[in-house]
Amino acid sequence: MIRLERRPQPSRLWTAITPLLAVLLTMIVGGLMFALLGKPPLEAIRIIFWDPLFHPQFAAYSRPQLLVKAGPLILIAIGLSLGFRAGIWNIGAEGQYIMGAICGAGMGLAFYPTTNPLIFPAMVIAGALGGWAWAMIPAVLKVRFGTNEILVSLMLVYVAEALLASVSQKLLRNPEGMGFPGSRNFQQYPAAHNGELLPGTGMHWGVLAAFMAVIFAHVLLTRHIQGFNIRLTGEAPRAARFSGVSPARIIFLCLGFGGALAGAAGLFEVSGPAGQITIDFNSGYGFTAIIVAFLGRLNPIGILLAGLLMALTYIGGELAQLMLGLPGASIQLFQGMLLFFLLATDVFTNFRIRIGKTEVA
Amino acid sequence: MDLSSINPILLIASIMISATPILLAAIGEMVVEKAGVLNLGVEGMMITGAVVGFATAVSTGSPALGFMAAALAAAVLSLSFGILTQILLSNQVATGLGLTLVGLGLSALIGKPYEGMKTPTMAKLDIPILGDIPVLGRMLFSHDPMVYVSLFLVLAVWAVLKYTRAGLILRAVGESHDAAHALGYKVIRIRMMAIFFGGACAGLGGAYLSLVRVPQWTEGMTAGSGWIALAIVVFASWRAERVLIGAYLFGGVTVLQLNLQAAGVKVPVEILSMSPYLITILVLVIISARGAHGAPASLGRPFHASS
Repeated sequence: MIRLERRPQPSRLWTAITPLLAVLLTMIVGGLMFALLGKPPLEAIRIIFWDPLFHPQFAAYSRPQLLVKAGPLILIAIGLSLGFRAGIWNIGAEGQYIMGAICGAGMGLAFYPTTNPLIFPAMVIAGALGGWAWAMIPAVLKVRFGTNEILVSLMLVYVAEALLASVSQKLLRNPEGMGFPGSRNFQQYPAAHNGELLPGTGMHWGVLAAFMAVIFAHVLLTRHIQGFNIRLTGEAPRAARFSGVSPARIIFLCLGFGGALAGAAGLFEVSGPAGQITIDFNSGYGFTAIIVAFLGRLNPIGILLAGLLMALTYIGGELAQLMLGLPGASIQLFQGMLLFFLLATDVFTNFRIRIGKTEVA
Repeated sequence: MDLSSINPILLIASIMISATPILLAAIGEMVVEKAGVLNLGVEGMMITGAVVGFATAVSTGSPALGFMAAALAAAVLSLSFGILTQILLSNQVATGLGLTLVGLGLSALIGKPYEGMKTPTMAKLDIPILGDIPVLGRMLFSHDPMVYVSLFLVLAVWAVLKYTRAGLILRAVGESHDAAHALGYKVIRIRMMAIFFGGACAGLGGAYLSLVRVPQWTEGMTAGSGWIALAIVVFASWRAERVLIGAYLFGGVTVLQLNLQAAGVKVPVEILSMSPYLITILVLVIISARGAHGAPASLGRPFHASS
């Protein structure tokens, strides 16, 4: 008889091991999946996890992509992780990301063609505010009416997508774009362009912001009273209330912070790698960031590593599409499986397995 | 603008069609939540049902087989959620989200070869006498069988929960799993069955989208229907008859919105296309502001016999 016995405290060893175990399991099951699709499994795994970094021919192109893709994922996931820690489930980061991009890009385009160096900082602020405002909708509704933030934040993703379709065809459309949907390209607008800071590294302002967010979140959670309050609210809501932590304040803080980071990520993406507002410039980073947050154990340093790993699967997936003709969707499934295996193996963190007869208590 | 182009008989009929997928998914999810489990993976199970149902119907030529395969596939997928949350005690919110992400990826992978294909259409059920009633006949009694299956399911769920012992046990497990466990009921087994039923219903709902409502397969075609089904359960305060009202109201909004777009009403298209989601939010706010929730007391709480 196998049974689970609750550990007095979560095992620190298993907290660190489970993500690795999950990656390993995903590789095995993913390999089986690739074999089913008629692709060589070992080669596919190698192309996804190894070739983007070390392939003699492709690595030069794909290595910088690592930071380009990891930047927004880490930035969004850091914001989400604070909320998840407090038991506040903002799953509409995709919408906040879109709204940030629209507001920030709108700011930049309103002053076209300025050469004022302040335009880029102004765009970043507008982007963060846009994401923040979009996240404030579920926050206010939750605080004021007790409305479920999961459903509201998610519904707002679809609203944001409709808005994005509208502005890319009307309000922000490039007047010199010969009627095609999509805004002006920021690559031809130097003052507002979020280009590479160091050539050949993929490092842009968004990646830098992501690193700063990691450090900030780490300090907040380990050294600051608000970070302690966030953790307390998640782990023992009753104790938090008795010790005078205002739930409303935590909700505003977590959702607002998450929204602002997602909004900023949207602006960095649209003014840099994506280049312009188009109907589908957003590539689902807001949803993938949820996986990143969990894979990183809701811990800032963990998220940094998880973001890089997830970026690797994106680039490796593209490479596998190119070299093996692997369908693009299989990488999405691959990422979903990673989250699933992580949650499954997580049982070892909180429980230990006992084999033997059940004792009568 | 030409509102006279909207035919009220067809409008009611199309409301029933557009409400059915959400109704199926929502009634299944309601049973799951009544058992105290919050499965946020409805969207993922629906889209898996949509693609499996479509693929099966195309390759066998039988929509009925398509529906069965869809229910089975989504239910099997939901069992993975069940194993994770019930046996391995993972966080239900996170696992449900994971299920949605897995379902979206899986469906895109399976559905690639089927894009742009057509399905065999489902024969309309011609109810002999009722179908011949002048106006009501076309409005209510000349649909495909799944519309009536969904209505029957609502009735069955309502009756089972209200009048049978099995329903009472299910509700007990959802209200207080510790008390139910102390009485000797197998909490985990009951919850697994509820999850399985919820998965099958979501699969049917998804297949209805791809086989009847649209009818085609496109990636991500559920477009939030699963989430709306979750919202409808909250709207319904976990009561079967109100799930029916909620789904039909929502179907009404969707159809009306499409009809208004087609009639060329002077409201921007984007406002119309975001209206179903905005109205869902509005309804959620009204329901939560009123304060009468009626959520099962153990909803979303993990159960382990030791605690």
